[in-house]
Amino acid sequence: MADWVEACAVDDVDEEDVIRFDHGGRSFAIYRSPDDAFFATDGFCTHEKAHLADGLVMDDIIECPKHNGRFNYKTGQAKGAPVCVNLKTYPVKVEAGKVMIDIG
Amino acid sequence: MTAASSTKRDYSLVGESTRRAIETGLASAEWYHTDVPRKTMKELMQRSDGPAIRDTMIWIVAILGSAAGIVRFWGTWWVVPFLFVYGVLYGSSSDSRWHECGHGTAFRTRWMNDVVYHIASFMLMRNPVQWRWSHARHHTDTIIVGRDAEIAVMRPPDLLKAALAFTGILDFRNSLPTLVRQSFGTLSEDEKSYIPEMEQQKAVVAARWHMVVYAATIAVAIALRSWIPLVLIGLPRLYGTWHMVLTGLLQHIGLADNVTDHRLNTRTVYMNPISRFIYWNMNYHVEHHMFPMVPYHALPKLHELIKHDLPVANPSMWHAYREVWPVLLKQLKYEDFYLKRELPPTAKPYRGEFHDLDVTAAAAE
Repeated sequence: MADWVEACAVDDVDEEDVIRFDHGGRSFAIYRSPDDAFFATDGFCTHEKAHLADGLVMDDIIECPKHNGRFNYKTGQAKGAPVCVNLKTYPVKVEAGKVMIDIG
Repeated sequence: MTAASSTKRDYSLVGESTRRAIETGLASAEWYHTDVPRKTMKELMQRSDGPAIRDTMIWIVAILGSAAGIVRFWGTWWVVPFLFVYGVLYGSSSDSRWHECGHGTAFRTRWMNDVVYHIASFMLMRNPVQWRWSHARHHTDTIIVGRDAEIAVMRPPDLLKAALAFTGILDFRNSLPTLVRQSFGTLSEDEKSYIPEMEQQKAVVAARWHMVVYAATIAVAIALRSWIPLVLIGLPRLYGTWHMVLTGLLQHIGLADNVTDHRLNTRTVYMNPISRFIYWNMNYHVEHHMFPMVPYHALPKLHELIKHDLPVANPSMWHAYREVWPVLLKQLKYEDFYLKRELPPTAKPYRGEFHDLDVTAAAAE
């Protein structure tokens, strides 16, 4: 069942960047791609507990700040060692200048 | 300089120190980071192919040029300078290429990092799969005894072993049999502790590829009745490794273990431009450990930005070794002894949760 929550304002995230969003004891990462689309994933790397929001966004890749593990943040796909487990992604929509994610 | 109560260290990755590190929260802990605004850090982290392509072209041309010199002047004294240059490029600078490309920060383009990573791993006689994982562990648990697979000088220090490291003999004697063992499908318990199960077979396959190339090199040497193939492939790991050891030993030697602040267990040393080219700026080692996302070419800039929060960098390798030597001598008797480097007044103080005893001891001295 869908559970849409407001994560941030559109302007809170720079293009080709990521921010952290904490809600209900969980942590998420909200991405803005170079072509101005928004995406959301779990906030922690699947390899070790590091906030992906401290990492680097390059095109459709988020690189973890701790060990440089890479994921495609659009699909959650792990792109090779040291990350082997895919990242969970969440549906995103933009309404009235707000970024909403479905955490249900 | 400081010492705490004596405890015998167990450097295996599946032993008593491992258990203790996990129980006390030293394993996979939160580490201290100097505050850097996100916007600034984002700029520093930016990847670019340009600097690494330039440096790699110089590297390849110098390797091929010096190899040609070895072939041309083999059997004369003129071969010596070419062996010197080739050896260092093959046996030492490969370490920093392995390191930076393993992090994926040297080039922006992933496949370029991967190609150089595999070539450099081969030059170093390092299994590229195993060492990718051991290095991830080194960054998670830097100099945490029982967890870090890459502690170069253990305590109490074995000075003969450290001296022999400059010749490459011990590393060669360890690396080659390790690759042979792995190529037969056997990983040690330590290796299994940091290589995930799904990656272990890849490590075996990688070791087999390395052995195939070495076997081919030996076959060519026999067919040609010449030492030259072995002098060019494999043996530089012996005669060219000294610069890697000279620079690499300084990263952590004589400093604290079992702490969660890279300012306590890692060292930044100013070096000459040639060593920095060979070492790809890894002399800025505190900066690298705090922010491994920053590419080698941006480390001097990062250093300028955060040096107010770090111990003053050693002005030279000579200065750093002079600082380390008495610490090693003292560790022969008291293995808990280490060098606690002073922070400038502008720095945030060291945290105490994992090293309260040490901080107290230092204050008393």
